[in-house]
Amino acid sequence: MSLIAHLASAPVVIPALAAPIALLVMRRRHGLGVGISLASCTAMVVAALVLLAASADGTIRTYEIGSWPAPFGIVLVVDRLSAIMLTLAASLSLLAMVHGVLTRADRKGWHFHPLFQFQMLGLNGAFLTGDLFNLFVFFEVLLIASYGLMLHGQGPARLKAGVQYVIVNIVGSSLFLIALGLLYALTGTLNMADMGLRVAAIGPEDQGLLRVAALLLVSVFALKAALVPLHLWLPRTYAVSTPAVAALFALMTKVGVYSIIRVVPQVFGDNAGAAAWAPAPYLLPAAIVTAVIGFAGVFVARSLSGQAAYAVIGSTGTLMIAVAAWQVDALGAALYYLVHSTIAGAALFLVADVVARRRASFVDKASPGPLFAQRQTVGLLFMAAAIAATGLPPLSGFIGKLLILEAVADAPWWGWAWGAILATTLIGVIGFARTGSAIFWKEAAPTDGAEPSSIKRADMIAPVAAIALLAALSIGAGWATAYANAAAAQVFDPAAGVRAVLGEG
Amino acid sequence: MTLEFLVASAIGVLVAGGIYMALRGRTFQVVLGLTLFSYAVNLFLFASGRLTVNRPPIWSKDIVEYADPLPQALVLTAIVITFGMTAFAVVLALRSFLESGSDQVDGDPCESGLNDNLPSDDSGGERP
Repeated sequence: MSLIAHLASAPVVIPALAAPIALLVMRRRHGLGVGISLASCTAMVVAALVLLAASADGTIRTYEIGSWPAPFGIVLVVDRLSAIMLTLAASLSLLAMVHGVLTRADRKGWHFHPLFQFQMLGLNGAFLTGDLFNLFVFFEVLLIASYGLMLHGQGPARLKAGVQYVIVNIVGSSLFLIALGLLYALTGTLNMADMGLRVAAIGPEDQGLLRVAALLLVSVFALKAALVPLHLWLPRTYAVSTPAVAALFALMTKVGVYSIIRVVPQVFGDNAGAAAWAPAPYLLPAAIVTAVIGFAGVFVARSLSGQAAYAVIGSTGTLMIAVAAWQVDALGAALYYLVHSTIAGAALFLVADVVARRRASFVDKASPGPLFAQRQTVGLLFMAAAIAATGLPPLSGFIGKLLILEAVADAPWWGWAWGAILATTLIGVIGFARTGSAIFWKEAAPTDGAEPSSIKRADMIAPVAAIALLAALSIGAGWATAYANAAAAQVFDPAAGVRAVLGEG
Repeated sequence: MTLEFLVASAIGVLVAGGIYMALRGRTFQVVLGLTLFSYAVNLFLFASGRLTVNRPPIWSKDIVEYADPLPQALVLTAIVITFGMTAFAVVLALRSFLESGSDQVDGDPCESGLNDNLPSDDSGGERP
């Protein structure tokens, strides 16, 4: 095996090694642990970029763990879609990690860095695996790490939200297992490519069970993606998390979206008989309502972090509208918007933190407070993040939304999609303008003498880098959309994936 | 009464009990409900390899019928994961109760005298 073949396992192996090493050295030498953690994030970015470049020609790389042949062993699959998600995850992890270290948020608890690495292990694994049960295992890895990260820093508000978050996700995992059990009982395999072949052979008497399995599986993914009506866990959880963690969590809902994109065309695609595209009719209404509820939440939320949490929901809704069309060009637009909306959501959480750190007891509440340091710069930063989150020009959200609108224009339900996307954009703009003007334009006398602790400009590095990434995404939009469209075409050609995973025979 | 009927009804009763308990308002009951639910899920996973009696779990050329070994491996994984998750949920529920003085899942204060054994509600509870 060449080096590039082994590189497919690198996004899983790097954090898996970094986490325990960081755990061991943190106790005595904090700086060394931070260094290991940062180095691991950088290494993941490099590995992901190499995989991104290597997958550009359309080859699907597989990595059989322990050389057990598929479909018996667990196989990792790198195609264009996986490479995009890996690159996004690695870049976002580097941003969140840098912000966490610079704001010293990582010192509020013992195990920030090991947990962060385990979180990345789960995320990368979920994006790589070609095995459904292994997907469940990686989901659990990322969940248990996220419980720890979410509670990082402690406090009653976090514990309260944490209990709900944990309970909701345990129920979700149980449903995931039921769906897996059904699928295994029906097809006798857990390998996604193999399952996609075997669903064709299921007799008519079992089609009902297959439909149940498909819908259960997709509802679990919808729970992770926070689609309405399964979104209620998200706002409180994300709004109370440590900002650096919340920035990484902006990616977590996209894991659900990714799983839907990955599993539905491959397993419940055209040859699944009566269960073919079974979840499709439910996804579109859910997506439209999600977009509306998300941006309505942006309008109503009374703090920047609350707004950011609802913006994550709204952008997932917008994204799912495009995914629910199940067309190549719409999915291409969705993938471009997915990358954009994840970074934009993260940028919002980071800017909310920058504001909160400067306003002492007013934190990031959308109410006028006393003047604070670097108000203009922070204001500009907030404006850029809000522009990105709502999808106004010149940042990449505008291009993404335009592509989505164009792609769904042929669908019979285009009026609903256009109406939802355009109306939610307007609501979002008004919502952000309201909080922005309250925080940056109005002034109120301090109610108590609390002064913000010493403020360094360094905490603006990560948000500025996030905005710069978005700017790069709009400048390189031609290349990025071409890649996204190629990735979408690959998703709708499961036969190529089957050939790569199971061999020509 | 067949084996299938027994297993299926056992799973059904466990799921029903689990869901009922998981929908209750207090964290301890919810954790119990999740535990029952995960038992049901584990049994279900186990049954997904078909219920067979007295069959070897290993394939060999001269054996026609054998028990499917994969669901057993899946169940082991699932048991380990759900056990860990449940343990975490118990500790978290306890911690949240001590910190916020409420064992309601929605975080609201309890209605009647449930917190009498706490040191004091306002200070968030003194932990040993």
